Amino acid sequence: MEFVKQYWAPLVCGLAIVAVLPLIVGYVVLVERKIMADMQARLGPMRVGPHGLLQPIADAVKLLIKEDIIPDDADKLVFWLAPVLSVGAALLAIAGLAIGPAFQIAKDVNIGILFVVGVSAMGIFGIVLGGWASNSHYSLIGALRSSAQLVSYETAAGMALVCGLLFAGTLNITSIVEAQRNQGIWFGLLAPVAFFTYLVASIAETNRAPFDLPEAESELVAGYMTEFSGFRWSLYFLAEYTNMIVVASVATTLFLGGWLRPFSETRWLDFIDFLPPLLMAAIGVYCLRRTPKQPVRVQQLFMLVVAGLCFALAVVLGAPVLVPMAKPSLAAAVKPFYLGIHGGFWFILKVSAYIYFFMWVRFTLPRYRFDQLMRLGWHFLIPLSIINVVLIGIAMIVGMYYHLNGWRLLLATIPASVIALIIALFILALEQKGQPQKAPGTAPDSYA
Amino acid sequence: MLDQAIFYFFAGVAVLSAILTVTRRNVVHSAIFLITALLATAGIFLELRAEFLFIVQIILYVGGIMVLFVFVIMLVNLDVAVRQLQFARQKWVGLLISLALAAQVGLMLWSSRKMPGQGMRVLNAVPADKLPPNSEEVAKSLFSSYLLPFEIASVLLLVAMIGAVVMAKKRT
Repeated sequence: MEFVKQYWAPLVCGLAIVAVLPLIVGYVVLVERKIMADMQARLGPMRVGPHGLLQPIADAVKLLIKEDIIPDDADKLVFWLAPVLSVGAALLAIAGLAIGPAFQIAKDVNIGILFVVGVSAMGIFGIVLGGWASNSHYSLIGALRSSAQLVSYETAAGMALVCGLLFAGTLNITSIVEAQRNQGIWFGLLAPVAFFTYLVASIAETNRAPFDLPEAESELVAGYMTEFSGFRWSLYFLAEYTNMIVVASVATTLFLGGWLRPFSETRWLDFIDFLPPLLMAAIGVYCLRRTPKQPVRVQQLFMLVVAGLCFALAVVLGAPVLVPMAKPSLAAAVKPFYLGIHGGFWFILKVSAYIYFFMWVRFTLPRYRFDQLMRLGWHFLIPLSIINVVLIGIAMIVGMYYHLNGWRLLLATIPASVIALIIALFILALEQKGQPQKAPGTAPDSYA
Repeated sequence: MLDQAIFYFFAGVAVLSAILTVTRRNVVHSAIFLITALLATAGIFLELRAEFLFIVQIILYVGGIMVLFVFVIMLVNLDVAVRQLQFARQKWVGLLISLALAAQVGLMLWSSRKMPGQGMRVLNAVPADKLPPNSEEVAKSLFSSYLLPFEIASVLLLVAMIGAVVMAKKRT
């Protein structure tokens, strides 16, 4: 009984995440398709539900009832295990994250961010074993590329994280955000080079374009997923998008101030608190205005429901801000609700912005070649991140010596970042100078 | 009670998968069982409230070394390797060494049972929520009392790394 009492909250949270996350991922996919459509001047999914809002559910049903094919020569057990490993690692990593000060499954884990990074890195086994088990050359090459890519970019990402952790002085996720509140500045601004390194490395780690070599259609059919179909395939997809959410959350926590509002300690900017409810209300009004334009009655009803949800959210977000203004005596009682609700809003907003950037990059840049990818990782990002760690450390000592704090710490860290960037570019130039020029027309080594 | 159950679960998984690692014919299966054994060991670390060791075990052994192992296994032509007769010429040496190791462990267990708390340093029992933060303690002891061994180990690893690069370059 005591066991149940102690652990029921995390268990319920965990179950909720396992149940809700596929839905969230489905909608992330829908948003991605809509953004892609917008950037390519088309409409995207429009048929299922108003503006295609029910498309993820239709897709999920389709994937569930598709035939599940296992190749004859496949290693059945490993084939079965691989997608589960991928999804398991991705979901487990979520347990360490904190969405706002109140919502965290594993509370006050001393190794917080290391846990998230380490566990999510285990998902690579799902990809490698899946590629090997399907007994196909395309799958195997995709898997090999994937593991090579992940191992190389993990170093750069880790070094970038070390930079942020230098400022925080702790691995605990809650304390990292608290440290940013005490400093009054996000660590992403203090260490822009580290943030940039993490951004690039996280795109590579999640196998997203322009680094999606493991599943490059024009070369490898679908990479490690070639032989997977139906629900197994969708498990890989779930893992990929969950990993996106995980890296976005890690970046948000460490570099973008977690659940803190922008300028959370500046009192005269408190009006920012009114923006979330106003935003929600605006979306609700927009939905109401679009309602008469829907062609079918069911869709009109659905649009109304969406508008109602937006207004409900606006009320939920607005109440903790408005109640203390109307009745100052309730301010202390409302404070935890304010922190939880608004913290969650800002956190999700930042994560969404990060993921939007991923999509933006995907639809803008062409795919890298594999040797280019490796060169970028080993010859530029890794030296850059290592030099950056050293220089940021020196900058922190300088800052301590002159008692620089908050925004004034920028005086020390910005020169450090610029010097790191210059040295890394210099190393890259030296590297390219030392290499013999390839004769034009020779094929690049795609396994390099 | 729960602690013991968790310990025996992880210990059992570790031992079982370690045995399977050695006995499986297929190298990839062996690698999977080795990963399981390492994860179970990490679980025991966590159960002992050594979170830092737990995550380092996962990041280094599972996420780093085992990925490289699997990577190399993939590059080897597996079908041939499975069909080939597996042989080991160091059978007798191996037996001898494992016997010596077993004797060592047995001796240690025996002596600790005979005189509890003597000759061995017994740490004071601290309730789980009063333990000092694990990673910070590790960092403090690494950078204060064990600074020299730590630096020597780092230099050694650096030398090994540079050596590997040099040896890899020579062939081309």
